[in-house]
Amino acid sequence: MSSVESTRATGTYPVKRGLAEMLKGGVIMDVINPEQAKIAEDAGACAVMALERVPADIRRDGGVSRMSDPEMIDGIQAVVSIPVMAKARIGHFVEAQILEALGVDFIDESEVLTPADETHHIDKYQFTVPFVCGATNLGEALRRISEGACMIRSKGEAGTGNIVEAVRHLRSILGDIRKVTQADSAELFEWAKRLQAPLPLVQEIAETGALPVPLFCAGGIATPADAALAMQLGAQAVFVGSGIFKSDDPSPRAKAIVEATTHFRDAHILAKVSRGLGAPMTGIGMDDHTKFAERGW
Amino acid sequence: MPGGRRPLVGVLALQGAFAAHQRALESCAADTRQVRLPDDLDGLDGLVMPGGESTTMSRLLTTSGLFEPIGERIEDGLAVFGTCAGMILLARDVLDGRPDQRSFAAIDIAVRRNGYGRQIDSFEADIDVPGTDREAGIGTVPFHAVFIRAPKVESVGPSVTVLAEHDGVPVLARSGRMFVASFHPELTPDHRLHSLFLQEV
Repeated sequence: MSSVESTRATGTYPVKRGLAEMLKGGVIMDVINPEQAKIAEDAGACAVMALERVPADIRRDGGVSRMSDPEMIDGIQAVVSIPVMAKARIGHFVEAQILEALGVDFIDESEVLTPADETHHIDKYQFTVPFVCGATNLGEALRRISEGACMIRSKGEAGTGNIVEAVRHLRSILGDIRKVTQADSAELFEWAKRLQAPLPLVQEIAETGALPVPLFCAGGIATPADAALAMQLGAQAVFVGSGIFKSDDPSPRAKAIVEATTHFRDAHILAKVSRGLGAPMTGIGMDDHTKFAERGW
Repeated sequence: MPGGRRPLVGVLALQGAFAAHQRALESCAADTRQVRLPDDLDGLDGLVMPGGESTTMSRLLTTSGLFEPIGERIEDGLAVFGTCAGMILLARDVLDGRPDQRSFAAIDIAVRRNGYGRQIDSFEADIDVPGTDREAGIGTVPFHAVFIRAPKVESVGPSVTVLAEHDGVPVLARSGRMFVASFHPELTPDHRLHSLFLQEV
């Protein structure tokens, strides 16, 4: 059979964004060892996030939180066949280079780790591996996209088991997108200024009514109902961090959250999968602790 | 489509890139419906199985009660188009799958999950789709294909026609009214392959 001359381009924007597209409708689960990674894959996770401590423990332990040990990431890659993600500190492009060399499938430039740069995020165009970044509002989302992020997630407030901040961020991002679509062409200049975001991206959103990359929810999901809430608000997939492995019985809860994310509009299925899951992670209120979401510029 | 009615094509919406397939099909004058439960299969003229994570979809096919009814409809000759993970779900043999991973064994091919490697090895490339010039208007313009952690076709049975290859490996094939691609025609604005599929719907 004749064939076009063999062409092959890796690390292009469509190839990087393509993986984000494939993760839609799925659940990405935080795992800290190969055993948890297997439980996540068995439960139907569409990817795992390999990290040394779940956010609830990072919050409890304090200190500086960094990229995971490569050996630990290797160990997780060896036992699962689904995509493996890992976190780099904000602005720490060398951690990102190392994660790329390890062959991770997606890098989360994450506020859950201690920031390495208080002004700059990573120039994500320099990498073959795609990046996801957190955002609390539309301006932040568009700045991360302009740096090359291929997926945006709400920051929420990781490690709290409290969905309130994720809801705030999703409502802010999606609410402002709805407003931008109502603006006339002159008002878009003002929107770009107010959002501190590149004008062409603001104009694109006015045209399409959506972010140019997938929008996922992260930070505080602890129950199937939380996952379905994020999806009904307009998230296209969910990250679950401490919510699974800090609960009483991780495996059934993980399976239930996967089903709830698929059937997010079907209250009968949500009622069925929410039964008898044991205690969720305890969770904490929003009053007196560090907000990870304030990290990022 | 007899009577000029717009065809109604289901898109398996358990997980993955189903929305992109809906947009592609709708731009080819088909109506679409997301399929999550058995009732969603009623009255469909065709079914698309999208890319995504095949192990996730395999599990959700069982929990949602869709596996048997979809299997029956495929046996009855429903037109089906599987891309990437969708191709894995349709393949007779799945290599490097999970032990509990299910497939419909509906097309006589063997595929290796992630056969092209991890995401850093994912790529885009032009492919020729010869032999379909007349039927699909594919012509001589190459098709731009995006491969994401793609499955690799390792063998093809006699009932299967290979429609395109990349570096000597089949990447697009058909068997009767069933089409499979290891790449993602829903991610590019060129919808010739969706049109080709709709001719069988």
